[in-house]
Amino acid sequence: MDENTGVFSARRAVIPARTLRTDRWWLQPLLTVLGLGAFVIYATVRAFWGAAYWVPEHHYLTPFYSPCMSTACEPGSSHFGTLFDFPWFIPYAALSLPFLLGFRLTCYYYRKAYYRAFWFSPPACAVSEPHGKYTGETRLPLIIQNVHRYFFYAAFIVTLINTYDAILAFDGENGFGIGLGNIILVGNVVLLWGYTLSCHSCRHVTGGRLKNFAKHPTRYWLWTKVSKLNVRHMQFAWITLGSLVLTDFYVMLVASGVISDLRIIN
Amino acid sequence: MSYQGKFRVWRGDADGGDFEDFTVEVNEGEVVLDIIHRLQATQVPDLAVRWNCKAGKCGSCSAEVNGRPRLLCMTRMSTFAEDEVVTVTPVRAFPVIRDLVPDVSYNYTKAREIPAFTPPKELAPGEYRMQQQDVERSQEFRKCIECFLCQDVCHVIRDHEENKESFAGPRYLMRIAELEMHPLDAADRTTEAQNEHGLGFCNITKCCTEVCPEGIKITDNALIPMKERVADRKYDPVVWLGSKIFRRDRGKS
Ligand code: SF4
Ligand code: SF4
Ligand code: FES
Ligand code: FES
Repeated sequence: MDENTGVFSARRAVIPARTLRTDRWWLQPLLTVLGLGAFVIYATVRAFWGAAYWVPEHHYLTPFYSPCMSTACEPGSSHFGTLFDFPWFIPYAALSLPFLLGFRLTCYYYRKAYYRAFWFSPPACAVSEPHGKYTGETRLPLIIQNVHRYFFYAAFIVTLINTYDAILAFDGENGFGIGLGNIILVGNVVLLWGYTLSCHSCRHVTGGRLKNFAKHPTRYWLWTKVSKLNVRHMQFAWITLGSLVLTDFYVMLVASGVISDLRIIN
Repeated sequence: MSYQGKFRVWRGDADGGDFEDFTVEVNEGEVVLDIIHRLQATQVPDLAVRWNCKAGKCGSCSAEVNGRPRLLCMTRMSTFAEDEVVTVTPVRAFPVIRDLVPDVSYNYTKAREIPAFTPPKELAPGEYRMQQQDVERSQEFRKCIECFLCQDVCHVIRDHEENKESFAGPRYLMRIAELEMHPLDAADRTTEAQNEHGLGFCNITKCCTEVCPEGIKITDNALIPMKERVADRKYDPVVWLGSKIFRRDRGKS
């Protein structure tokens, strides 16, 4: 930061330190970097892996490969048909992953998290940022964050697809059955709905955009429900990263024969 | 139950200043403002501090304690260890007048720039009616005590003096949101928030919400809803197209 701006501007109290905070303010950004970093690495590796994503016996499909659209997808794993043989650099779920990535990248919570942790803008409250200039989301490229609602619509559809996958998984090769995998898939989908429906854009479209609640009782009611979820949006954002990895990892282990699914019924 | 506490208090004015160290008596149940008052009474009679209610309701005693924007009268001494040095400075986003007293006139300027409540022309005063659900929504924003801690912590102006001109700060963007969500307000607040008051500068990093002594969810309930309304108006071709075709008065429904 410039020596003469920000907290060092003329007429402000002359204090040489960028922050006088004595608590561990750096811990939260650090955990954010580690958490998001770990997820991005895992997700990238798995998205391009091209194997161990489908358990034919129990019809488990990992969310990282849903919908599976390449002709190379394992038989039975493509619930919505296939397009063509994807080259190695296109993930089999190329139709959903970019939208899911966009959804999370433009999410109001993740924006807060990475603006703070990766861009130090600001690193923590009352800790001066290291940048000389700041225009925020007033112009390109960050003004693009305003498209978030489109990603919300797209993610809504993808979550429907994930739900469909989770339901289909109850009908395995030998008919109806329930295993640990089913519980994990369903749990993951429930959490994904929690994340998707608690989105600020969702809160806005259901009722937030109204100027007069009293005139729209149904939308007002919906808004109150979404608002209840919305206060947990950050929690859902982190929990779903975990549940996605856990679900994918479990399917990967079963699909590659490292472990066998724990069956409860059939 | 009392002990000798160590304090580091910033003293000076707009031309310069420095920290001074003090050892002062601290008693059970006291807040930082009590200690500042004891300093005035026993050691530095000319120490300047602004306060009024000592009840967290007037918003006068905003300062920074151990680097965190706080109300002096609501910061309990019991939150510090007895051997901890407690550092007290004036708020760092605004010019200082003397010691712990800042010049908060930026906020008054910004307040004046927002057009007042604009009722529809066809209604006479006395005919305004509003339902409870709609009252509740702005009730939260009206808890504001104008302590300006949110304005102080916001990095847009705290770290960038030059943005003060174009950015109203969370407290006043929240005021715009309050008017925008008022069923009877007829003015165009959305475009105004983006074009005149710098809503786009906010990167929703939520420090305003973190420091608000009234616990107002400024970011979630005022700033993000305003950003969504701006997106409706300026960046949503579907809404734009719909409004062209159906001539709907967007957002006023
Ligand atoms: S959320 Fe926006 S207004 Fe609030 S402190 Fe952060 S940048 Fe400033
Ligand atoms: S919104 Fe909260 S922090 Fe900001 S001035 Fe009002 S009471 Fe203070
Ligand atoms: S998904 Fe986080 S705000 Fe929309
Ligand atoms: S003295 Fe009134 S809020 Fe602290």
